[in-house]
Amino acid sequence: MSSTLKPDLVCPAGNLPALKAAIDHGADCVYIGFRDGTNARNFAGLNFDANATREGIRYAHAAGAKVLVALNTYPKTDNWQRWQDAVDMSAALGVDAIILADLGLLQYAAEKHPQLRRHLSVQGSATHYEAINFYQEQFGISRAVLPRVLSLAQVEHVQKHTSVEIEVFGFGSLCVMVEGRCALSAYVTGESPNTCGVCSPAKAVQWQKTNSGLESRLNGVLIDRYADHENAAYPTLCKGRFKVGDETYYAIEEPASLNTLALLPELMRMGISAIKIEGRQRSTAYVAQVTRVWRQAIDTCQRAPDSYVVQGAWMTELNKVAEGQQHTLGAYHRPWK
Amino acid sequence: MMKLALGPVLYYWSRDTLLSFYDDIAASPVDIVYLGETVCSRRHNLRLQDWLNVGDKLIDAGKQVVLSTQVLIESESELKTLRNIVENGRFMVEANDMGAVRLLAGKLPFVAGAHLNIFNMRTVQFFASMGAQRWVMAQEMSREMLEPIQQQMPAGMETEVFVYGRLPLAFSARCFTARAHNLPKDDCRFRCEDYPDGLAMHTRDDDAFLVLNGIQTQSARIYNLIGEMDSLRSLGVNVLRISPQIEHSEEVIQLFRDCMDQTGSPHTALQHMEKLTSDGYCDGYWQGRAGLEQSSI
Repeated sequence: MSSTLKPDLVCPAGNLPALKAAIDHGADCVYIGFRDGTNARNFAGLNFDANATREGIRYAHAAGAKVLVALNTYPKTDNWQRWQDAVDMSAALGVDAIILADLGLLQYAAEKHPQLRRHLSVQGSATHYEAINFYQEQFGISRAVLPRVLSLAQVEHVQKHTSVEIEVFGFGSLCVMVEGRCALSAYVTGESPNTCGVCSPAKAVQWQKTNSGLESRLNGVLIDRYADHENAAYPTLCKGRFKVGDETYYAIEEPASLNTLALLPELMRMGISAIKIEGRQRSTAYVAQVTRVWRQAIDTCQRAPDSYVVQGAWMTELNKVAEGQQHTLGAYHRPWK
Repeated sequence: MMKLALGPVLYYWSRDTLLSFYDDIAASPVDIVYLGETVCSRRHNLRLQDWLNVGDKLIDAGKQVVLSTQVLIESESELKTLRNIVENGRFMVEANDMGAVRLLAGKLPFVAGAHLNIFNMRTVQFFASMGAQRWVMAQEMSREMLEPIQQQMPAGMETEVFVYGRLPLAFSARCFTARAHNLPKDDCRFRCEDYPDGLAMHTRDDDAFLVLNGIQTQSARIYNLIGEMDSLRSLGVNVLRISPQIEHSEEVIQLFRDCMDQTGSPHTALQHMEKLTSDGYCDGYWQGRAGLEQSSI
């Protein structure tokens, strides 16, 4: 099995310390965003300006790693220039690739900076090879990030029918909906990943202690209610408990983390080019912890894929940072659907 | 002249219900009818040949017919269906996914659907260059976002706006209707057929929040822009889309037709519409606010 391709470990960084932690713990690539709505983690106090990006690139390149910039929200006609400037700035700073979703922006980048690698963001909602090959033909994309909705067999089918490199999510918060095709947050709060780079934004969150329990609301809509013995979770709107018929349950999804460590031999056998860790909004400690575990796992699997097993110590480490303390294989495992 | 369109039926209705619905639609004052299954490939009460037959009848009744493609495509068999739709040889196709665009681009005129994330002028221009003759505004777009696009619309490109119906807000690999019945998606027993208007999902304080429709999640409130007829007209919107519901679709079509023809007023139409649903209306997206909000009219 020495022919097994070693996938890039692509780690998140919301700031320079997180970027350095990712590099120090073995990331092959770090993905970042600029300090505005041009990326899908547009959170206060997060992200990079030009100077931080320059320093990040210097640090990464010195370690033989790469910096990718996410410009993966959809510009409007009247704020288009900001996204165009962000593409130009990425090229000028010498980042290794930009991650895009908007077709107009992909076209601009392909024409203006043909030498700058373009990755199709997960926000581009490309779930099969016809879509991915379209982006390749039209905009020369080198890599596509798959939405977290495909089963393992479907991922392999995509991989076999395109020459575009395939990147999949390995760990982090789980989007139940096809990325780029979810307007739920905009419906409730007016802001969504597509247009504003946020989902269930913190400014719309209200917590209230009531006689029925601790309530979490998003712009007034009750997302969940917790009894004293229950752990309250951040009110991401698809991960609350709702009533359908006579039952109250997690009608859309439980608050769980995606964790595909167990699938690593399969993903590597398929020739997946990159595995992405979610969480640019998370702490430096999270980035360090998750990167360290995944580095070990990929290297272990590369050395001996046939005897690879998920080590208990890895799970212990990841459990410390997982959302809701639960893990799921998500859609990769068919029965999840 | 603004045209009125009926979107594809988003729910799983029985064969008889669908056929009799489209018999009624043939006699209704819509100009364009979108046909086909856009939500789930397991639904099979009408097959492609059936849809083509329905389309022929609607053509005879003077309608323009468009075949809509599935929004979320995951498997090779779904791609096969997509190819058959694209190669139908009779009707224009609404592309709801970039794979459909690949198959149509430069070969056949097409409609660029609402789920392609067309948010700006550059992207509209790109689709025009691919051969799109009409684009459907992304539902989370506002009037303000549409305005600058309308000012530079490429020649031969029409703009369509979703003006009435439950909003299809999200798509997933998971079937939420099957989940509600503790069934796996692969053995769903077609439970969505029991919910011709979707399965209601309430908050724990009993607010009608969302509606589960298989792998699709919709708004419980009905998006309704009938009060915006003047702004739709002055922006030069070419086509208004009504999304079918199991009840009152023909009434709604007539109310919009009357307002478009200026034989009825939005005010009167709204009063009438208040009796048609208990889940309430919303127009927040159009107003640039949270989608579930309703402006005072």
